[in-house]
Amino acid sequence: MTVAASTPMLRRHALAATALRDRILSGGVPWTLVIFLLMATVPWLGSRYDTFLASQITIDALFAVSLNLLLGTTGLVSFGHVAYFGVGAYVCGILMKTYGVPFSLAFPASGLGAALFALVSGYFCVRLIKLYFAMLTLAFSQIIWAIAYKWNAVTGGDQGLPEIPYPHLDWMSSIPGCADLSIGARFYLLTLVLVAVSLAIVHHIIRSPFGRVLTTIRDNPERAAFLGINVRLYQLASFVIAGGFAGLAGALYGIFSRGVFADYVFWSKSAEILIMTILGGAGYFWGPPVGAAALVWLNQVITDYTQYWSFVLGAILLVLLFGFPGGIVGGLDMLWQRLKRLRNA
Amino acid sequence: MSSSFLFSQFMGGLTTAMFLFLIASGLSLVFGVMRIINFAHGSFYMVGAYLAWQAVQWVHPTGGGFWLAVVIAAVGVGLLGALTERLFFRSLYGREELYQLLFTYALVLILGDAAKFVWGTDQLSVSAPPALAGSVQIFGTTQPLYTLFIIAIGPAIAFALWLLLNRTGAGRMLRAAQMDREMLDALGANVGTIYTLMFAVSAFLAGLSGALVTPIESIVPGMDVLIIVQAFIVVVIGGMGSLWGTFWGSVIYGQVLSFGILIFPGFSLFSVFALMAVILIVRPWGLFGRPL
Repeated sequence: MTVAASTPMLRRHALAATALRDRILSGGVPWTLVIFLLMATVPWLGSRYDTFLASQITIDALFAVSLNLLLGTTGLVSFGHVAYFGVGAYVCGILMKTYGVPFSLAFPASGLGAALFALVSGYFCVRLIKLYFAMLTLAFSQIIWAIAYKWNAVTGGDQGLPEIPYPHLDWMSSIPGCADLSIGARFYLLTLVLVAVSLAIVHHIIRSPFGRVLTTIRDNPERAAFLGINVRLYQLASFVIAGGFAGLAGALYGIFSRGVFADYVFWSKSAEILIMTILGGAGYFWGPPVGAAALVWLNQVITDYTQYWSFVLGAILLVLLFGFPGGIVGGLDMLWQRLKRLRNA
Repeated sequence: MSSSFLFSQFMGGLTTAMFLFLIASGLSLVFGVMRIINFAHGSFYMVGAYLAWQAVQWVHPTGGGFWLAVVIAAVGVGLLGALTERLFFRSLYGREELYQLLFTYALVLILGDAAKFVWGTDQLSVSAPPALAGSVQIFGTTQPLYTLFIIAIGPAIAFALWLLLNRTGAGRMLRAAQMDREMLDALGANVGTIYTLMFAVSAFLAGLSGALVTPIESIVPGMDVLIIVQAFIVVVIGGMGSLWGTFWGSVIYGQVLSFGILIFPGFSLFSVFALMAVILIVRPWGLFGRPL
């Protein structure tokens, strides 16, 4: 019985390993692995500030990928995705700071909490079409903002929840080479691993039959309904999964930025994360992480010169909307296709 | 609770309501015709407030010149709206909603920083015109004349807009565009000009309300994103694209906010967003609107 169940899985693993070996031998590079390893060297090769930026990019990447599950995969334009990020951040922050719950419990709890809120709010949202959907997601996110801003006893109100403790990462000292790392760098490595696992899960979901159904719904909801697919149920499932991962990103962000504040949940943050996703390219899995890296890096470069970052961001957005609707990855993809055609011709 | 206290809460709610109506009417107009949410409407409002302050400095630095400043601000922002439509919006018609939404958000970012660049980040204020600086006693409460003026101007603007939409040729065109823009285009009407005109009227209203708010609230960066959310709520409650819906939506919003503070102190913000969510769930097209 056990053998019968595990054989196909083993075979699949073997196939995957062969595919990887073939890619390496044929000159193809497993980019995902290379980027992960490169990101992991930042605490040793880069400065403290580089680690800070890399943390931000990593967390934003997860947040933007979770949004893109809605936008790029399911075709739902949410203008309130920050609500779930905020719920995750507050759940994790309150559990760890107020109740002293360890990170290993608070982290999954924040994802579950955000997914639960996504289930309740999404139940109503998916009943609406297009602009009304966007408006209702915005309304729910502003409800969360109003609660965060006013419920002093639990959320700290406009003072927020400062000084959320880091998780206990002393065990990392036993890993060779990690003994001298600061707590910030250790938390970055933990973040990187957790985000990598989350991204792998989201990638798996998108590639699964379930993900294919979501894509069908994005391309043609009517046809999907004719095929007997329960469109709203699938949209709700996608909404809950996206909310859950946004919650995980929020939990990491609260600890990384040493506090959770009501500002995190204001509606303009939802717009920023949408810009990040579009900038990278909503049509590609790796678009949002590229967008996150580009925006965090640009922000750092530009704020050295001027305080008018919003102006620059607006200008970037204009160029993007009028010139490169496919985003950075879309532009690179087009360039690559053109080069290939030139080489073949 | 004494009746004069309730009356003053009511008047406070009504002032908020008529203000929001001025802003939201322009937002609702654009939504009705173009089916887009213009995030930049709050930015137009903010630019109106700054322009009014600037005009007062030019016209009469020691005070006065308020009405001229209001006209300059409203017309200036109206032109800005028309220009935006001509230069940018035009090429986004027919694109996905997301791109249109993000374009209006790009304007929010750009105008917000441009205002900071030109006028700085300090709070600015404009004093009320001398004729409306006093106050009167009603039902044992003190009501500033300026807020009474605002309460009067709301219905006046609503009536003027109604006349524009229902009794003029341009208004008829606008209403036709609201119903079926392809058909209007096919009939040979100049839809492009109609859109520019509508955008100009919408921005004019935003600029006007921005200028009129200056004697009551100080002009600060960030007023744009705060007001736009409130204007959304009003438009959603009343029904996007419906003039009278927006009017009554503002009245409801103002009273919920004003009396919500008495019922759940500290949670009046929550109650207005909850109201918005409930309306979207139960009747997405609003209390007075029609389903799309």
